Amino acid sequence: MEHTSALERVLRGAALSAVVLFFMFPIFWIVLMSFQTNETILRSPPSMVFEPTLSNYVALITGRLETQAGSLDIDFMRNLMNSVILSVSSVALALVLGVPAAYAFARHKFRGSEDIAFTLLSFRFAPPLLVLLPLTLYFQQIGLADTYVGLVWVYQLICLPLILWIVRGYFEDISPDVEHAYRIAGHGWGATFMKIALPLAGPGIAAAGLLAFIFAWNNFIFALVLASADKQPVTVGALAFVTASGIQYGQIAAAVVLSIAPTLALALYAQRYLVEGLSLGAVKG
Amino acid sequence: MTVAADPLPVKRRMRVSRKALPYLLSLPALLVCIGILIPFFTAVWYSLQRYRLSQPWNRGMNWGENYIDFLTDPSFWNTLKVSLLYAGLTVTFQLILGLAIALLLQKRTRLNNLISIMLLMPLMTAPALAALMFKLMTNPNFGILSYFAQSIGFTDFRWGASPDTALFTVILVDIWVYTPFIMILLLAGLRSLPTQPFEAAALDGVPRFQQFWRITLPMLTPHILTASLFRLLESIQQFDIIYAMTQGGPGDTLMVFQVEAYLNFFQSTNVGRSAALLIILWAITFFLSNIFIKNWLRLRERARGGV
Repeated sequence: MEHTSALERVLRGAALSAVVLFFMFPIFWIVLMSFQTNETILRSPPSMVFEPTLSNYVALITGRLETQAGSLDIDFMRNLMNSVILSVSSVALALVLGVPAAYAFARHKFRGSEDIAFTLLSFRFAPPLLVLLPLTLYFQQIGLADTYVGLVWVYQLICLPLILWIVRGYFEDISPDVEHAYRIAGHGWGATFMKIALPLAGPGIAAAGLLAFIFAWNNFIFALVLASADKQPVTVGALAFVTASGIQYGQIAAAVVLSIAPTLALALYAQRYLVEGLSLGAVKG
Repeated sequence: MTVAADPLPVKRRMRVSRKALPYLLSLPALLVCIGILIPFFTAVWYSLQRYRLSQPWNRGMNWGENYIDFLTDPSFWNTLKVSLLYAGLTVTFQLILGLAIALLLQKRTRLNNLISIMLLMPLMTAPALAALMFKLMTNPNFGILSYFAQSIGFTDFRWGASPDTALFTVILVDIWVYTPFIMILLLAGLRSLPTQPFEAAALDGVPRFQQFWRITLPMLTPHILTASLFRLLESIQQFDIIYAMTQGGPGDTLMVFQVEAYLNFFQSTNVGRSAALLIILWAITFFLSNIFIKNWLRLRERARGGV
């Protein structure tokens, strides 16, 4: 089985290079672009030789864009802040709500537990607009329109099913014997949950939380429908920024880089958890 | 005396709480979900109404009329066609590419692991932002892809701006973002396959090409099915990439279900039609998700039992 010819090795190398090129090039190109001024971006033919500048990032961070026509206020940092607020609080809430529920589903086969778990899972697959459009009308009535609270609540649609299903799988993999032993030693279920079950399922909870964070960060449609300019996360903000800044391509590129950097960094930092979480426990390779 | 009497009441209290415990633990999660179920039923209700936000006086039940109108509405059939085409094409390409890459990376070498980690990056990029990146790359003035297209002879290739190439452009973005997803699932599947059949085949001198069709592919089928059904479910609902790239245009070239419903709601304020569109989309996804969940549970069961 282990006889690879030279030709095969060359072909394999070429194929792998093509794969890496296709998937890495857009990110590489956008990063290059973010360090260029409009003049070097608009050069033809395009060239990789240029004097890197930090002016795009400076403009975004200070919030002032100097153009020939005058200066323009941009609020991209606020979008970034909104993304952090929305993603962090959504995941925190989803963990608080989801982990105990996942434990209940894993340990106690109570009446209707399978049905409830399935209903939750099927939310993951329903068209988001189906829920969002009526919600916009409701939110206006109950005063949740354009609030962080309303958005975080709706973000549970993404985070909760994910956490519930991944963490439940982890709890199911842990033998309940350890917990029984601890209970027999006279500890209550609360202490058992906190001291035994939670730490044992720790990696699963981390994987689920990480994945939920990334999905929340990357979400576009929820905030597009429910948030106005000052609550918008980067996904929606970057798009609006394109319209507002017109031809400031360097800044647009820098904004994209700042928006995708956190999730990419997380992905690289915790890739093992991520792969496990992505396969939702379906395959254990 | 008091010490001896104490344990009993404690035990009884515990038994009561133990029965209610699972409900209590899952209650908060359930409440959040009920909050989501209400809008769902509202949407069903809207879909049975003549309801435009701009004409509140004209609102009333028209029962199935929104749905019946679809039968003779060319724009509905266009939506259905574009959505199915988009979903079918993206998943097909991603499956072929994802499988090919997974096979390339199957051996656990350091380089292969490094590449599979690199491939996580497109998947972790927000689809809307990925579309924005490709929008910059296909900009006619400075986009690198426009430049490449031009230098190999496509002088009038206008990517997302032309009805002829818009579908190709968004599919390209979708492939860039989601191929790694299929690749990761299939790679995990490939690496979890038992080695004995392959060793036996190698001993018998079965050519590798045949090993692939006779052994690898059949054993990998459950994984392939799970991954592609999952992608199909998401792809038929794609909104981010298409909206960020062209907002459904040019014209109605890319009016998939969710984009059409979004524009119906916010631009023409036709709530009734928008809701009916989404219910039809929901019916399609519900059908698909049932197949998917069954499949996935079987795979999970096998992964558990096989270890």
